[in-house]
Amino acid sequence: MTDNPTVLVPRRSLTVQKSKVQPVADTDTAWTRLIFSYASSATVWLIWGTLIGLYLSIKFAAPDVEHVAWLSYGRLRPVHTNTVFWGWSSLAMIAAALYVVPRTSQRRLWSFPLAWLSLWLINVSVLVGDILLMAGINNGAQEYREYIWPVQAVFAIGVILVAYNLIRTIADRGIEEIYISNWYIMGAFLWTIPLVIIAYIPTYQQTAISETVIQGYYMHMGVGMWFTPMVLGLTYYVLPKLLNKPIYSYSLGVLAFWTQMVFYTMIGAHHFIFAPTPWWLQTVAIIFSVGMIITLAAGTGNFLLTMRGEGRAIARSYSLPFILAGVISYFLFSAQGSLEALRSLQAVWHFTNYTVAHSHLTMYGFVVLLIWGAIYGILPRLTGHEPPQFWVGVHFWFAVVGLVLYSAALTIGGTVQGLSWMSGSPFIESVKAMASFWLWRAVGGTLMFLSHVIFAFNMWSMRPRSASRASSAPAQGGQAPTGPEATR
Amino acid sequence: MNFHKNHWLLFGVTFFGFVGLSLIVGILPAIWVQNNAEPLPGAEPLTTLQREGLGVYVSEGCVACHTQQVRPLAVDQAWGRPATAGDYAYVTPLGPLVPYAPAVLGSERTGPDLTNVGARQASDVWQYIHLYNPRSVVPDSVMPAYPWLFDEVTVAAAGQTVVPVPAAFAPKNGSQVVPNARGMALVAYLLSLKQTPLGAATATPPGADTAAQAPTQPVADTAAQTAAPAAAPVLAWDESLGASTYTGTCAACHQANGQGLPGAFPPLAGDPVVTADDPTEHITVVLAGKQGGEIGGTTYASPMPAQAQLSDEQVAAVINHERTSWGNAATLVTPEEVAAVRGGLQ
Repeated sequence: MTDNPTVLVPRRSLTVQKSKVQPVADTDTAWTRLIFSYASSATVWLIWGTLIGLYLSIKFAAPDVEHVAWLSYGRLRPVHTNTVFWGWSSLAMIAAALYVVPRTSQRRLWSFPLAWLSLWLINVSVLVGDILLMAGINNGAQEYREYIWPVQAVFAIGVILVAYNLIRTIADRGIEEIYISNWYIMGAFLWTIPLVIIAYIPTYQQTAISETVIQGYYMHMGVGMWFTPMVLGLTYYVLPKLLNKPIYSYSLGVLAFWTQMVFYTMIGAHHFIFAPTPWWLQTVAIIFSVGMIITLAAGTGNFLLTMRGEGRAIARSYSLPFILAGVISYFLFSAQGSLEALRSLQAVWHFTNYTVAHSHLTMYGFVVLLIWGAIYGILPRLTGHEPPQFWVGVHFWFAVVGLVLYSAALTIGGTVQGLSWMSGSPFIESVKAMASFWLWRAVGGTLMFLSHVIFAFNMWSMRPRSASRASSAPAQGGQAPTGPEATR
Repeated sequence: MNFHKNHWLLFGVTFFGFVGLSLIVGILPAIWVQNNAEPLPGAEPLTTLQREGLGVYVSEGCVACHTQQVRPLAVDQAWGRPATAGDYAYVTPLGPLVPYAPAVLGSERTGPDLTNVGARQASDVWQYIHLYNPRSVVPDSVMPAYPWLFDEVTVAAAGQTVVPVPAAFAPKNGSQVVPNARGMALVAYLLSLKQTPLGAATATPPGADTAAQAPTQPVADTAAQTAAPAAAPVLAWDESLGASTYTGTCAACHQANGQGLPGAFPPLAGDPVVTADDPTEHITVVLAGKQGGEIGGTTYASPMPAQAQLSDEQVAAVINHERTSWGNAATLVTPEEVAAVRGGLQ
């Protein structure tokens, strides 16, 4: 301890001051209320869905904590996945899309009543679907389509109405060109709607293997043709907007869009490598999985090159760190997914907890972080109320550190599991070996859940207040890039 | 022809391009697979009760942790032969709310693969005890308990199976545990999960079929031992192979401490067959199984499945493990003796 009084020790605060955002000039309170309702519904589902996830992780350490049928592992697991997919992520993305599409089309949203109807339909379908799952009524235990078809039909109608609403908005756009965000956002809708319909038509799913072909096709694209293009589309708006500069390359975005459609669609069968599904289908899936590196490099390269030299701006923003971390996750963990598709690596990792780590790294590290980046980037501009910067920081670090703990535990644990099987040990040895990894997973999951509680508090801070705010909002000119013209 | 300006062109190509690709990698392969889904020769369709059990299996989300998918990999050999499409031909839709074949292949193996569980754990008693609380038979299991597949009754009615739940896990009020309709259906389904042998006409099925043909001699008979060399030379045998085979194959019923479960599965510690100088009966029971019977004054209802899938080395090692553990100190066996007994059984 050198206690030299002549040295001046600068007082450094725990956190850095982040820059404030300017609210939008036109205060369309109906629009604000609509978007906030979508985002807050999503937040409720986030808390519920991840509370279930956390509870499930505790069950690995304490399987006899209760013996209630409605709370048993097999029934709750699909409640966790479906809630965070269809309740949280989907509604949160649609919330942001309902902002980005009208703004980049320079038109008011085509129909507000229709958008409210969609919100109700989606909320009702997730609520009823979850209750039925807990009652033990599911759709043949088909992952990510566990809601029975009458429930999923309600969800699908909600999504189709949003898609129609947005297409009409784009068709009426006030500028000539369709901004790249809208390619991706509408791509997500136009790919997911036929995907869900194809997945719920029973004709060609009458035996377990034909069902498996569709299951691979569906479960893969349920993630990759809905969440991936949608958050990429949102990021193509939010990132240039927050940095106040155009996207690095418009053409790279277009390249990544078409390769996403052609390559990604082909690779669903890689979820059933070595299953008795057609071998050629598995090989096609592996080849295009590797081809996805092109899409990934184009997409993440574009974002990272846009961010190049903007380190200070990112550090001074509270939403850009989410986007930076999300973009890095997108590259790393999608590339990990491509590698996992190789037969030699599947032989070790398939069926293990490694896959669970991978799905959280992508769905959470990539998709959810970008969703938060978009929400923190958009909502304060709409409502004129910022979240406390300190708590946004705590949210960020709890989420990221929690995810790192969670996925490190399951990545290492999953490898241990696979090696245990390969060594020919009795199966129960792999269960015993996982005990400490499952415990660390629960620790990481606890941090992630806490970050969601903080996010809910931040949402509350950003809520729209009474109309008095409207008059005090400063007028703002200078639009950030909202059309392709800005990139030239 | 400009994607940037013509939204109908952009969205049309996006939509129909995806639908076209979906035909190639989704719908058409599914139709092709479905039209070529013939059940294997000798495969039995599920009975009504077993189909109800499949419904329970799906309803409780068993597929979240259990696969039914043996891959053509060395790591999967423990679960049976590699799966073929024909193995699943009888997994068909469950009803109007689920007009699809349920997804039994699974994607995660937190618990063991169940492709062949009906052969591996052929005892309905074991299945009931295990479902009532898995930790009563497998202490390290993390599987949920399913008490709602059972009823607690003061006195079981005639014809009801009383589940011999170990005291530590049994209801505290002393009532008896009997499976309810869903529990019985689920166990019927689990016991139906046996791989149909490929080329069934020629090969002898290694599964529970042979257990039925197994000799059911009273244990007392075997006390008449043929003279074995009293001071056999100390054999070299693979102790770790014996211990791991025991854990993987035997411990679920006979328990890691060799004490079995009172009333359900006989102890191996001190058992006259296990400690007999002549190992023939011991080897025979391991290879051919045993159809219940009375052991040490207790009548055991559940059959022991044949373990003919184990190699001669594994059988010798596991028998030697049993003969030298829990206070047992009996003569050891060699793989050659196992091979001789195996030859005599065929």
